[in-house]
Amino acid sequence: MNTNKFIRSVRLKESACRGCINCIKHCPTQAIRVHNGKAHIIDKFCIDCGRCISYCPHHAKIPVYDPLSVINNFRYTVALPAPSLYAQYNNLTNVDIVLNALLRLGFDDVYEVSAAAELVSEAAREYIRAHAEEAPFISSACPSVVRLIRVKFPSLVSRLLPIKAPVEAAAEIARARAMKKTGLKPEEIGIIFISPCPSKVSYAKAPLGIEKSNIDNVVAIKDVYPLLLPHMKHDESQLSPISASGRIGIGWSNAGGEAGGLLVDNYLAADGIVNILRVLEELEDEKLHGLTFVELNACSGGCVGGTLTVENAYIAAAKTKRLVRYQPVSKNHLSDNPELKNIYWADNVEYEPVFRLGNTFKESLRMMGKVEELTAQFPGLDCGSCGAPTCQTLAEDIVRGDAAPNDCIYVLRANIADLSRKISHLTENADPERTLSEEDDRLLHKYIKELTTELTSFGVPDRSGKEDPIT
Amino acid sequence: MGEVLNFRYTIDGDDFTRAGEASSSVKNKLKQLGLDSDVIRKVSIAMYEGEINMVIHADGGNITVSVTDSDITMVLSDTGPGIPDVEKAMQEGYSTARAEVRSLGFGAGMGLPNMKKYTDEMHIDTTIGKGTTITMKVHI
Repeated sequence: MNTNKFIRSVRLKESACRGCINCIKHCPTQAIRVHNGKAHIIDKFCIDCGRCISYCPHHAKIPVYDPLSVINNFRYTVALPAPSLYAQYNNLTNVDIVLNALLRLGFDDVYEVSAAAELVSEAAREYIRAHAEEAPFISSACPSVVRLIRVKFPSLVSRLLPIKAPVEAAAEIARARAMKKTGLKPEEIGIIFISPCPSKVSYAKAPLGIEKSNIDNVVAIKDVYPLLLPHMKHDESQLSPISASGRIGIGWSNAGGEAGGLLVDNYLAADGIVNILRVLEELEDEKLHGLTFVELNACSGGCVGGTLTVENAYIAAAKTKRLVRYQPVSKNHLSDNPELKNIYWADNVEYEPVFRLGNTFKESLRMMGKVEELTAQFPGLDCGSCGAPTCQTLAEDIVRGDAAPNDCIYVLRANIADLSRKISHLTENADPERTLSEEDDRLLHKYIKELTTELTSFGVPDRSGKEDPIT
Repeated sequence: MGEVLNFRYTIDGDDFTRAGEASSSVKNKLKQLGLDSDVIRKVSIAMYEGEINMVIHADGGNITVSVTDSDITMVLSDTGPGIPDVEKAMQEGYSTARAEVRSLGFGAGMGLPNMKKYTDEMHIDTTIGKGTTITMKVHI
């Protein structure tokens, strides 16, 4: 199995993790367990949605991304600002203020992701028109949505719009233009995405739908945001006119923006991972009728709600709307962008049955029988004390060999009560005048030993000092 | 025949918003078993239609789903009014659902026809005034 396939950009800072159960309870794919007092993220279940980053009260879940110093690794760099970057600034009237500031910050050129987004919108309009009978289509721009469908919704994989995400199209165009302009080799040019979320970090390393991404590095909006402020000049006479995207492109930063660019009425736009899960379940059950397009964004509010942004998602969304109010609808057309060889996916996304219990159907059937049996023994409180989010998940972990029934404190308590009952039964009936019979003595030792094992099996955090690993 | 796995569900009769919970639960279990998505789709649609019928017509009931390595059997039994004319009920578009049920978007007369369409075997055992038991089978 290609290990790169389940790469993730949400990591755990062990020293900060207190072993509470906030993350396991909020993880939409039940990808986190707490064992020995520390959280563990299960690679193949994680879809990089970043929800645990938002919910961890101890800031132990951290996104990984590149530092801005990566621009020193290349002879020529092109910044790809996500449209959500613009929405971070107050009273921004002209996108060129941000784009010029990026040049002053040290980038050699800028290509707006929102410009490529308009090409994606155009391609999507054409694709949907040509394949109307296969509707509804699901947006594929949010990598967490694609990953979620890939592991949980096999019947919906074929509904994903097989079109590159705007940032990928942008990267391809930016590299081609930079090569033409400078005569440099492709590897001498750095295509740096300024991203609202860590999901795009994983995407750039292990994209779905294409073999290799044109994005070289992904830096965080929250890192770039304050550095741009001193370079932002509001005197428009000093600005080079760079901006080349309209309302559709910039609107992609908000929930509903992508769907708006399709110019169809019968669409659904859902945002927030819990909401999109519900929509996907209903789509899978064929309960949603008459839809042409389903836009899904893992973050609440859309990309402006990403964990690498600064501004409140809903304020940012309002700012985007204000910024594009007097913009033309769209400024980019596929026919004017010959650098973009193919806007469609080159590969199909394949279903990854990571939640399947066994390797074969028969094995899975046997395992599920055991899961049902075990689940019935648990109290059904979903308390999380065992480190799994629900009793059912604990049962599955046990059957997979990753946990033990005693991880349930209620099962443990019952076992301990049972053993201490047996011990007191033996000792109460003993005649103080006489020593225990050999058999009773053997039993007593056995029970005490079992009791000790039960107690030590109950995850006592190992506090022996390791140096702050990030896992 | 090897392992048999049974799942039992009680369907609440007066709550439309909860109809579909059982079929959704079965769907997710079948996914964990690694079954083909076409088989899962058939089971979940047929069972959902059955669940809705139980809520609309029979004030709920019980569903048992049995999974073996060759097929999935769903037995839906209720103690409702029974189906007076099974032949008519099997026609697409024929419905005896009340107006308020139809106003909720149900009762299009596709329930039983869909259950037949999406399963490999279907048997209806109904007695007026006593109830209905529908057995459906999807081959794996």
